[in-house]
Amino acid sequence: MNKARRNPFNIAAMHGALILYTLIALFPVFVIVINSFKSRKAIFREPLALPDADTFSMIGYQTVMKQGDFFLYFQNSMIVTVASLFFILLFGAMAAFALSEYRFKGNTLMGLYLALGIMIPIRIGTVAILDMMVATGLVNSLMALILVYTAQGLPLAVFILSEFMRQVSDDLKNAGRIDGLSEYTIFFRLVLPLVRPAMATVAVFNMIPIWNDLWFPLILAPAEETKTLTLGSQVFIGQFVTDWNAVLSALSMAILPVMVLYVIFSRQLIRGITSGAVK
Amino acid sequence: MTALTLSNVCKSFGQVDVLKNIDLTVEENEFVVFVGPSGCGKSTLLRVIAGLEDASSGTVEIDGQQVNDVPPAKRGIAMVFQSYALYPHLTVRGNMVLGLKQAGHPKDEIERRIAEASRMLSLEPYLDRRPAELSGGQRQRVAIGRAIVRNPKLFLFDEPLSNLDAALRLNTRVEIANLHRQLDASMIYVTHDQTEAMTLADKIVVLRDGQVEQIGSPMELYNDPANRFVAEFIGSPAMNFVPADMIGGNKGTFVGIRPEYAQLGQTGQINGTVIHVEKLGADTNAMINIGTDKPFTVRAFGQHDVLPGAEVGISFDQAKVLSFGEDGKRL
Repeated sequence: MNKARRNPFNIAAMHGALILYTLIALFPVFVIVINSFKSRKAIFREPLALPDADTFSMIGYQTVMKQGDFFLYFQNSMIVTVASLFFILLFGAMAAFALSEYRFKGNTLMGLYLALGIMIPIRIGTVAILDMMVATGLVNSLMALILVYTAQGLPLAVFILSEFMRQVSDDLKNAGRIDGLSEYTIFFRLVLPLVRPAMATVAVFNMIPIWNDLWFPLILAPAEETKTLTLGSQVFIGQFVTDWNAVLSALSMAILPVMVLYVIFSRQLIRGITSGAVK
Repeated sequence: MTALTLSNVCKSFGQVDVLKNIDLTVEENEFVVFVGPSGCGKSTLLRVIAGLEDASSGTVEIDGQQVNDVPPAKRGIAMVFQSYALYPHLTVRGNMVLGLKQAGHPKDEIERRIAEASRMLSLEPYLDRRPAELSGGQRQRVAIGRAIVRNPKLFLFDEPLSNLDAALRLNTRVEIANLHRQLDASMIYVTHDQTEAMTLADKIVVLRDGQVEQIGSPMELYNDPANRFVAEFIGSPAMNFVPADMIGGNKGTFVGIRPEYAQLGQTGQINGTVIHVEKLGADTNAMINIGTDKPFTVRAFGQHDVLPGAEVGISFDQAKVLSFGEDGKRL
């Protein structure tokens, strides 16, 4: 450890900066959560006060539970997010394996083509996508969302994973071949476990935008039975009157699953990010 | 029966020819070492034999059968890699079992082979550990064990000792030699270290730029090298090359004198100035500037007091001198 890092003043400054950033980052979340437990009047009178005996109210949560089918929305969001992540990771990893492992004509070109999607936002194609979904009869189905999100996530997944798969030792894969493992077994049993940190990184980077997305659910699947959580919460935001209790309660609940998934992936995520950075 | 026959094997990656017309036979129970500087194609040749790379042309026969289109697992070979290449998520036992399970051997047969291999390599205490919990030498033994349990006709070793430290390297070298005596199998061993090649091989194949320079027993290569490259590569310290006209030969040709065949004295066939002395205890290496590009090395047995800067003469037995033409070929 170098001298600068042992200096108590530097340590204090470093931790001070980190704590300050943490507070700034957590503050909006904190405000949302405390206000979701307050009565409507209390939210506007003193937005930053903690709920006390007078102002405590579960009215927001009650509204959310009563109005709309909140659990269905929740379930839809979960299905869309998990299925999209599964397909992104599966197809992304397979494409990355092929690009990094096999020599074939147009390998580099194919890699570039697959990475092109990183630079072009998928929303530019919204009208065409809607046309296609109408033509195939997928409008107002969760499948439409899963397909779009998979397409949206694949470029970055292929890009990151192929970089990581190049680092997996050739000898290991060859040892597997000599032991008679099929290419699929080598991929699933040898390579995938070794790039797990990278997979977690890709999963987290894709999970949050999918969970929070309003655009595609609104356009492709606005029907009651396919509404996602983000879209479902919009019923409480009106042009003239907004039911803040309900909005804040819905948002507080929407944070939970993302947090749970993040905790599951976080250790792998940090390894994934730093292993790329320090090597 | 021959264990391996290569005829006219060529390999190119795009425009680059890595292997050019390699012909080679390996007899049953023979220990063959491929040796050469890095980038000479020796590892590629091994991978072509293993089936991890396809030969661009030519045929590979193992045990009398052409195997060009046979996948690696069905060729009856086993390979030990430089980086060990153990499966990180499996225990030592798991590493050794995997290939046998894939091949569909019965359970008691697998148990018997594992027991035998771990006894031979003293791996019994480690069978339930993972590779991460083993030292480098133990990992290398597991990699060798994984090869042994497959009971192959042909072992392939790809620089198996280069990741080990010097002391361990010597021990493992002896172990591999013992293994070869016990196992009755042919072995092909790739290395860039000529000492490993000389000590292990029945037959050495010297490669340069994808071509075979010479094939022969260690002593054949040492005593009777086909060209200047082989002469320089085999033997340590390397052979000295002197323009022949310095000692009364034809202009343009060279003579090669091994450091151990030359003696130091007051006067000799060649005279020069000592520039550096290495005392190793058992012998003393003196480097002498004789006016050529490279200093002339004399390896004197025993301990000698030679000081840098001294004027010395080098004498040698004319019968032990090898002559090389301008193109590097032996005359």
